[in-house]
Amino acid sequence: MVALADPYQAAAAVVDPELQVVTIAELGILRGVERDGDGVVVTITPTYSGCPAMDTIRSDVVAALRRAGHPRVRVVTGLHPAWTTDWITEAGRAKLAAAGIAPPGEREDRASASERRTAVANEGRPGRIGGPVPLRLTVRCPRCGAAETEELSRFGSTSCKALWRCRRCAEPFEHLKAF
Amino acid sequence: MSSSYEYVLGLGDDALIAAQRLAQWCGRAPELEEDVALANIALDQLGAARLLLSFAAELEGRGRDEDTLAFLRDDHEFRNVLLVELPNSGPAGTGAEPGDFAVTIAKLLFLAAHQVELYHRLAAGPDERLAAIAAKAVKESTYHLDHATLWTVRLGDGTELSRTRMQAAIDDLWPYAHELHQDGAAGGREAWLARVAPALVESGLERPADGAWRPDGGRHGRHTEHLSYLLAEMQVVHRAHPEARW
Repeated sequence: MVALADPYQAAAAVVDPELQVVTIAELGILRGVERDGDGVVVTITPTYSGCPAMDTIRSDVVAALRRAGHPRVRVVTGLHPAWTTDWITEAGRAKLAAAGIAPPGEREDRASASERRTAVANEGRPGRIGGPVPLRLTVRCPRCGAAETEELSRFGSTSCKALWRCRRCAEPFEHLKAF
Repeated sequence: MSSSYEYVLGLGDDALIAAQRLAQWCGRAPELEEDVALANIALDQLGAARLLLSFAAELEGRGRDEDTLAFLRDDHEFRNVLLVELPNSGPAGTGAEPGDFAVTIAKLLFLAAHQVELYHRLAAGPDERLAAIAAKAVKESTYHLDHATLWTVRLGDGTELSRTRMQAAIDDLWPYAHELHQDGAAGGREAWLARVAPALVESGLERPADGAWRPDGGRHGRHTEHLSYLLAEMQVVHRAHPEARW
């Protein structure tokens, strides 16, 4: 008789197909694993509404649970609460950085109340003359650690990333946007 | 509280048709970074469209799903506003000529300003399903509005040529924006103007006068001929191979 592996452990070990250094648990998109009769229900949530990796993640989860001895698996998608980069675990952040992807910093909507008011007042008004100017914390280069970096493109190879460059070591790198 | 099928269908169609138009830039944008940006924004819109159309199909309760709604309806059954279906070359274009980047930025500015306001309100609204979809989409739309604003300022406050073309795009599309708030929802025109006007002020572009000509009819299935061509391209594979599976 095959011993059944813990279904949560099996689902949690599934690797994200686009950020292949982190698991779906580390990325925070695995929201729950529950037994349902003799089956298992796995809840995942998308990073972005149009994340094209969801289908692959779904089939990877089913395959991983089958290998762990759970043939009856249902994968459901939950939207609420919406995923945020705050759900990426410390281990996940460290792995991203080690792979040359700068992990996200604090989200703008988590800034202090006064900063938030400023952000709202200035929303969509970059460089507005007069009044407080919202500042974004810099992104450190994941290779050399320098803070002298610049954004090359607000969009990157996937919805969740932007393209940056380090002015010290001159290497371009990806940054997982705070979201 | 649950929303009506027609209402959610309209929101889904706005996102779907906007996605298809933006995706037409793929491989053709003025620079590589912008190519990636427009494709990413299109993907966000497509993601929201899938969630909204799936919900609409459930509300209708006639066994349809996101795919049958997207691929098996004809032009007069679509409920999107006219703004999103206009060609990338502008309202006077035929859709066959190359896209005008200023037109795409003006369309995105107008649409994103509307969607940010709309999704903010829906996220706090009584329909839980719509609230969950909107809470996700509002973060994406805010990023789109930010992007459109940056480009509006850069082009409007740029060279004589970029300024002329950005102003022309704003002028040509301005009448179409009225349809966005025709139903009085999402804070109406005032809330929309509060998000669009700063970009115009910052860029030094002139805000067009509100004329009497305000094309509409999209919410009732009366569209420009541009939608028919767009749908022909979007639906051809699905209709040629019905029931096909990957």
